[in-house]
Amino acid sequence: MACGSGGSCQSGCYKDNGDEEDQHSQKKETANGVATSGNDVNNQDLCVKCKSNETIATANPAAAAIASGGDGGRFCAECFRSNLFGKFRFAVTSNAMISPSDNVLVAFSGGTSSRVALQFVHEMQCKAQKNFDASRDRSLPVFGVGVAFVDESDVYPVPSHQFDEAIEDMKLIVSNLTPPRKGFHVAPIASIYSSDSGDGHDRLKELVNAVSDVTGKDDLLLHLRMLSLQKIARQNGYTKLVLGSCTSMIACHVLTATVKGQGYSLAADIQYVDARWEIPVVLPLRDCLKQELDMLCCLDSLNVVKVLHNPHSGINGLVSSFVKLLQEENPSRECTIVRTAGKLTPFHFNRIPETDDHAHLASRRRQKKFNLKPNESLPPESFCPICNSPLSKSDLLSLNDVENGHSSAETFGAKCCLSCQFQILPKEPSSMEDFYLLLPQPIVARAKDGNHCNQRWLREQIQDCLLSDSEDGT
Amino acid sequence: MEEAQGVKPKKKAFCSICNQRKPALKRPKTLDQICRECFYAVFEDEIHRVIVDNQLFKPGERVAIGASGGKDSTVLAYVLSELNRRHNYGLDLFLLSVDEGITGYRDDSLETVKRNEIQYGLPLKVVSYKDLYGWTMDEIVKLIGLKNNCTFCGVFRRQALDRGAALLKVDKLATGHNADDIAETVLLNILRGDIARLSRCTSITTGEDGPIPRCKPFKYTYEKEIVMYAYFKRLDYFSTECIYSPNAYRGFAREFIKDLERMRPRAILDIIRSGENFRISTSTKMPEQGTCERCGYISSQKWCKACVLLEGLNRGLPKLGINRSRGLNSDHTKDVKRSNGTKNIESKQCGTLDF
Repeated sequence: MACGSGGSCQSGCYKDNGDEEDQHSQKKETANGVATSGNDVNNQDLCVKCKSNETIATANPAAAAIASGGDGGRFCAECFRSNLFGKFRFAVTSNAMISPSDNVLVAFSGGTSSRVALQFVHEMQCKAQKNFDASRDRSLPVFGVGVAFVDESDVYPVPSHQFDEAIEDMKLIVSNLTPPRKGFHVAPIASIYSSDSGDGHDRLKELVNAVSDVTGKDDLLLHLRMLSLQKIARQNGYTKLVLGSCTSMIACHVLTATVKGQGYSLAADIQYVDARWEIPVVLPLRDCLKQELDMLCCLDSLNVVKVLHNPHSGINGLVSSFVKLLQEENPSRECTIVRTAGKLTPFHFNRIPETDDHAHLASRRRQKKFNLKPNESLPPESFCPICNSPLSKSDLLSLNDVENGHSSAETFGAKCCLSCQFQILPKEPSSMEDFYLLLPQPIVARAKDGNHCNQRWLREQIQDCLLSDSEDGT
Repeated sequence: MEEAQGVKPKKKAFCSICNQRKPALKRPKTLDQICRECFYAVFEDEIHRVIVDNQLFKPGERVAIGASGGKDSTVLAYVLSELNRRHNYGLDLFLLSVDEGITGYRDDSLETVKRNEIQYGLPLKVVSYKDLYGWTMDEIVKLIGLKNNCTFCGVFRRQALDRGAALLKVDKLATGHNADDIAETVLLNILRGDIARLSRCTSITTGEDGPIPRCKPFKYTYEKEIVMYAYFKRLDYFSTECIYSPNAYRGFAREFIKDLERMRPRAILDIIRSGENFRISTSTKMPEQGTCERCGYISSQKWCKACVLLEGLNRGLPKLGINRSRGLNSDHTKDVKRSNGTKNIESKQCGTLDF
């Protein structure tokens, strides 16, 4: 049992090695002049799938070099592309990520992963449009697509001309993906502060600077970015949020979450669907490796926008270099990590909520859902107001101790998960007060909502014994 | 929290616990500057709390301490006998050592254990591979070479400890696994996709359904603090690596954990907490527990792993039970270990320093 799937990966690698040797021996034969046919293309240069086209490694060595030892040596560009798109499509259809009535917002950072997500969503939309145009009754509408970019220059300053250029590039990318037309939204991360208080930028800077831990700062920004995306989606009538998170990123997240003590909530973050947000978040590239996405961008000359990238720091940086090292040692390591974490029990919100929307039954029938059985008897989860991760029982126990008779900042702090308490919240009570005042409204509201939600659930439990409908029992 | 390396924090005038004496060290777990006496106190007290909170022992129990002569088990023996006296656990403590028969390594470390026997006044029992299996590790390595030898050693040791414990008629076996070891195991199980082990590797007591339960009183104790404790107390321990796996201590995962600890000391505890809180459904099927038809030891297969390996040795087919296809139990065995020389993701393949 020592290395269950590790062993099987190894055997897989051995097999690959064996294949390579075979190929080498074939090559030798042909090199000796025993060419079997007049065909110029050697056997080992042919795609293993279609067996007719040249592999990427032969046809486009530059692209294949990106994923050395990967699919480049096995597939032709066409088969590689359809394989990758197949993974995307399977994730989308089997988890009911996108339904015809949806309006989908793709979060675009300018990097390769979100670029491919955008591309694939566009291709899917094109097909839906074609089907719509061809169908007689036009019963299935075509889902809408928009693109969002969160501007973090408040925190990571970028020279303004570079920034403007990058935005122009993105606009161009989006406008080239037509028809159908797609909306493009750029919002500064400070927009999570309601627009009436104009000091959002300063408050955001102060808030982020109040976090002394490098990793904590990194993570806080991540949470704030999600809040901005949610806000863009909500304000513009989107119903789903597509992220470009790929296997490699998720593998890193599995380890960072473990290292930060977030073992309980980890299962929530790595599923195809995460509907704990007001606008459900979906990860259709969950099964695609970063290398594959990079290679596709290179093959299809998908433009990416590089300027606005910040390397991970602290623990997140350490973990990504560790995972990189592991991946070099064994090319299936990232998959194994994600597969391990995939075996953890997901939460009830890790699926698209059922709607009573019978109009689209036709589309629904095609969805092979891997149903996660909702366990209705479970209490609603309580969530950390900062990172929105579900709290474990031990977290909740420590919470109950500090329920009454404290300042709102203290009560807020006690509602956060242990990880956020350690790496984001200030330790000094006075700086905690300041920090609390700097928090954007959605986070503060989440702390208050959590309370109500729990209260409501408790009330439901004792409903039959209550004599009055009002909270205070009068 | 994450201070740059090499920047020495200002030395405080007084110990941050007692506020009276001069601080002598920076506590690895918390980075608090404390004096030596307070370090002993918190170190021992934490272990006492772990023992009490988890009800590791009951009064009147006979407990064997797996003693290799290395730092972890030496400190464990010292601290356990100390706490047993101080807090009246009412335990009968024993030292249990396994002699793998490795000249130049185990013979020397056993000398250390024999000195510990006298120093701490704990009766010692040594069980040897030669007596139990008829083979020493030296002979095994001579036959099979330096590849897979750790598999033999590991499988044999596990059973040897149980047999030794049975001879001593003890109720429990305490091992010196520390927090770093457990954090490393959690990571490794994630890296290799072993969800069943991931779910149980953080339990402080294991094998409660088996003949002799094992427990890890050092589950939350940092390796660095163990070394520090042994250093300041001038405990007599043996610190040489096994000669058959000299590089075993440099796994990717171990290095990663050391880097993490430097950046954020509490990361080790956080990994363990994650391991404890992972949502793993209890319905995950466990291998059925049976007994070996040959020796009667617990086994999920027809023959236990040690018997399969031993059969291979005795029949001159040492690959038996190592390669997946040729196992005696038609099921494939999965204890495929990589060779020693190459850099591996795991570090302690063979538990060089403790069991």
